[in-house]
Amino acid sequence: MPLANELIAKLASIVGAENVLTSKEDLIAYSFDGTAAMQAMPSCVVFALTTDHVVKILKLANQTKTPIVTRGSGTGLSGGSLPSADCIVLCLVKMNRILELDSANLTILVEPGVTTLAVFDAATAAGLFYPPDPGSMKISTIGGNVAENSGGLRGLKYGITRNYVMGLEVVLPDGEILWTGNKCVKDVAGYSLRDLFVGSEGTLGVVTKVLLRLIPKPAAKKTMVATFAQMDHAAQTVSDIIAAQIIPCTLEFLDRTTIHCVEDFAKVGLPLDCEALLLMETDGHPAAVAEEAAKMEECARKNSAMEVRVAKDEAEANKLATARRSAFSALARLAPTTILEDATVPRSELAKMIRFVAAIAKKYNLRVGTFGHMGDGNLHPTFLTDERNKEEMHRVDEAFKEIFGEAIRLGGTITGEHGIGMAKKSFLPKFAGDAQMRVMRELRRALDPNGILNPGKMFDQ
Amino acid sequence: MSAGHSHLKDLDYSVVQQCMHCGLCLPTCPTYDATKLERNSPRGRIALMRAIADDRLDVTKAFGDEMYFCLGCLACQTACPAGVNYAELFEHARAEIEEKKVLANPKRNFIRGFTVGWLFMDLRRLEFLGKALRLYQQLGLQTAMRRIGLMRLLPRRLQELEAMTPNVCAKFSVELIAPTTQATGVKKYRVAMLTGCAQDLTFSDVNRDTVEVLAQNGCEVITPAEQSCCGSLHAHNGEWTLAQQLARRNIDQFPPEQFDAIITNAGGCGSHLKHYAKLLVDDPAYLKRAELWDAKVKDIHEWLVEIGIRKPSAPHLTPALSPPVGSGEGEAAERRSPTRLVNQTSQEHAGPEAGAPFVVTYHESCHLTHGQKVVSQPRELLRAIPGLKLIELPEASWCCGSAGIYNLTQPEMAGQLLERKINHIKSTGATTVATGNPGCLLQLINGAAKAGLKLRVVHPITLLAEAYRAENSQ
Repeated sequence: MPLANELIAKLASIVGAENVLTSKEDLIAYSFDGTAAMQAMPSCVVFALTTDHVVKILKLANQTKTPIVTRGSGTGLSGGSLPSADCIVLCLVKMNRILELDSANLTILVEPGVTTLAVFDAATAAGLFYPPDPGSMKISTIGGNVAENSGGLRGLKYGITRNYVMGLEVVLPDGEILWTGNKCVKDVAGYSLRDLFVGSEGTLGVVTKVLLRLIPKPAAKKTMVATFAQMDHAAQTVSDIIAAQIIPCTLEFLDRTTIHCVEDFAKVGLPLDCEALLLMETDGHPAAVAEEAAKMEECARKNSAMEVRVAKDEAEANKLATARRSAFSALARLAPTTILEDATVPRSELAKMIRFVAAIAKKYNLRVGTFGHMGDGNLHPTFLTDERNKEEMHRVDEAFKEIFGEAIRLGGTITGEHGIGMAKKSFLPKFAGDAQMRVMRELRRALDPNGILNPGKMFDQ
Repeated sequence: MSAGHSHLKDLDYSVVQQCMHCGLCLPTCPTYDATKLERNSPRGRIALMRAIADDRLDVTKAFGDEMYFCLGCLACQTACPAGVNYAELFEHARAEIEEKKVLANPKRNFIRGFTVGWLFMDLRRLEFLGKALRLYQQLGLQTAMRRIGLMRLLPRRLQELEAMTPNVCAKFSVELIAPTTQATGVKKYRVAMLTGCAQDLTFSDVNRDTVEVLAQNGCEVITPAEQSCCGSLHAHNGEWTLAQQLARRNIDQFPPEQFDAIITNAGGCGSHLKHYAKLLVDDPAYLKRAELWDAKVKDIHEWLVEIGIRKPSAPHLTPALSPPVGSGEGEAAERRSPTRLVNQTSQEHAGPEAGAPFVVTYHESCHLTHGQKVVSQPRELLRAIPGLKLIELPEASWCCGSAGIYNLTQPEMAGQLLERKINHIKSTGATTVATGNPGCLLQLINGAAKAGLKLRVVHPITLLAEAYRAENSQ
């Protein structure tokens, strides 16, 4: 049901008519996010420019019980920012100011529409480092990263978005503004509401300011590429590196299919004659980097690596990391629809999980490309399919059911970094269990009694 | 065209489906960067095309406006890991818009009919217009009109357009280049030279320089006097059938079997010229030759690097020390020189002290970089010139706003992009900017003039030609 003209007029009076979109052409462009095969038309798109705008918009939506779906750049991979039918899309990309970089306390305060890369660049310019680096970091927004608790290539050593959020300004569904957290390293006053909002996928409030922790920039880093004739050799290398008590900043893995697609796009000279490739990076004090790099190379060679190549400079290292970040999109070269997941298992179970994915692909006669963050057990099995082929799409669904089942059986999780959104909604109850589901429902109801925020996402009320 | 025909619906669906809307194109799209509206982004535009193909959206005026707001710079194509062929989608979308006439109005129809449908279909017409414009400029009428303030009587938009009128070259290519130019020294290759339309009108000297450089690199150069437009203007503006006509005509005029390479020095033309096979895919009589043609078309930078550039032996002499050939005839000639010195005479452009490096920055033509993926070769060419120091331009591959005729149709957005570009050029401190496309050359000349910036705007090939000439004067 389209929104009443009266409501549209009120929205326009809050943010200005130029910040309310209602034409069909505009709405189509907001009817999806980065998730494959999902689409829904919103009623309108509203751009907020200030916290005050967000307050007024939420009050209006709450009074009229109109659903609100908050979004940044729409690069999410679980349908988290997919519109609910006939909702208001609240787009925050125009709230994109960096408000403060505090080099005495090593923090940065930003609005939610600032891109991850802009935070990284601002930190770098101050000689500091913001580690979380999701694949879409060039355009993904911090607001989205907080909502989804995004990970990235450096998660293994440096953690994920949650580990860097020190404070949040959140507008609650009734329009009240809440501040949680501060610049103190230690703060145990009350429940950590900050941690509740991180990863809440836009269901509990709208984040309007983010205070992030920055860390000193590592003095040195070394990037290597190792290739293997067998997948198991790569997996064993990873296990050996971890067992040797080395925590590299990056330990990424690509299978043969993914290597070919990435090389086809990025042309960075990846070897095409191997079954598996590891992108390994260590950073820190120069002496430690040299020692760790040597040990990692030794682990790879001990596991019959075909080749271990060291990036000759920062530029080559960056190229390799950028190429790896393109993996998901590059797989789309092979098929009209690419459906990727992020099942995650404890690191000790990685080799088992990789073999399981391969076996399932065979069982359901599906093409799969697998890559992921091997160092933290976060895999991205990606099925190459065509959404118009209903029969094959059904097989994809069945395959994922088995993969998630196995991940849970191995002590893993159904999503390591993409979130539940729409894509994994049906798997959450089994994974989380009754008690967790009940607490989550009650929390959500307490904060959003009218159920206006991102309805239908994560779980139904 | 039959009534049921639709470019977007008839297109292989996998082409629209190729976009998996990951959003990695967004930060590279100049229009999205400016507006932050998804509709103004590559994936937003593709979503609209897909909606049309799916019958969820009609070809509307809003869709038409959107597709003409797109610069067609193809930066998204470089950024796209999924390999979406945006150029093809873009051309089909515009063709559909023209066939459905959703943007039609009498003024637009007249202008399109006159330019795309008539003027650029026969280059003799363009030459005639060019000569008239040249006369207007040579007789000092333009200067006089501007001086007495007559232009102020025109509406503002027309005044702006008048200020952008390119300086027409004193001589067209046909007057500067012999039909056959022998290779200097041993002949290793036989190549054809495409002189272009805008290029020929305003930068015929660049054509002459290109032929000279080719000869210096062992190429015999065939430059037929009578040439046709490449059809890029037509394809980019939705005139599919006219573009096909021009493609056939070019293949006939330059039989690809007879040459080692067919050379173009205009980034925008080259990007289109290399895809005749796609254009003629339904024409069995031409398809095979079109494929051969596509393989033979080479951008000048690409070709020179492929065959190995002969490095000039002498350091490049700056224009003050060695004015380009044909510009030694006083102020009028200086005005017409291809190596325009904006806001200064060549005497003022004293250049660096003898022995100091000649500092040049390089702006990437979109269709050279994104359309043809010719990125490193122009830089290699510039670095081959002794005494020339190349400074990287920030955002070198960001569109300057020229984009074919975009600066005429969308002056506001084009102006924003130009200002951004000029500021970056300023930041390098270079006094010369090199770029390999006539549209960019004109746009940057206008931008520098507007900003009051002393800047030489030049095609890389001209700098190389000057370096070869400096060898002879040693």
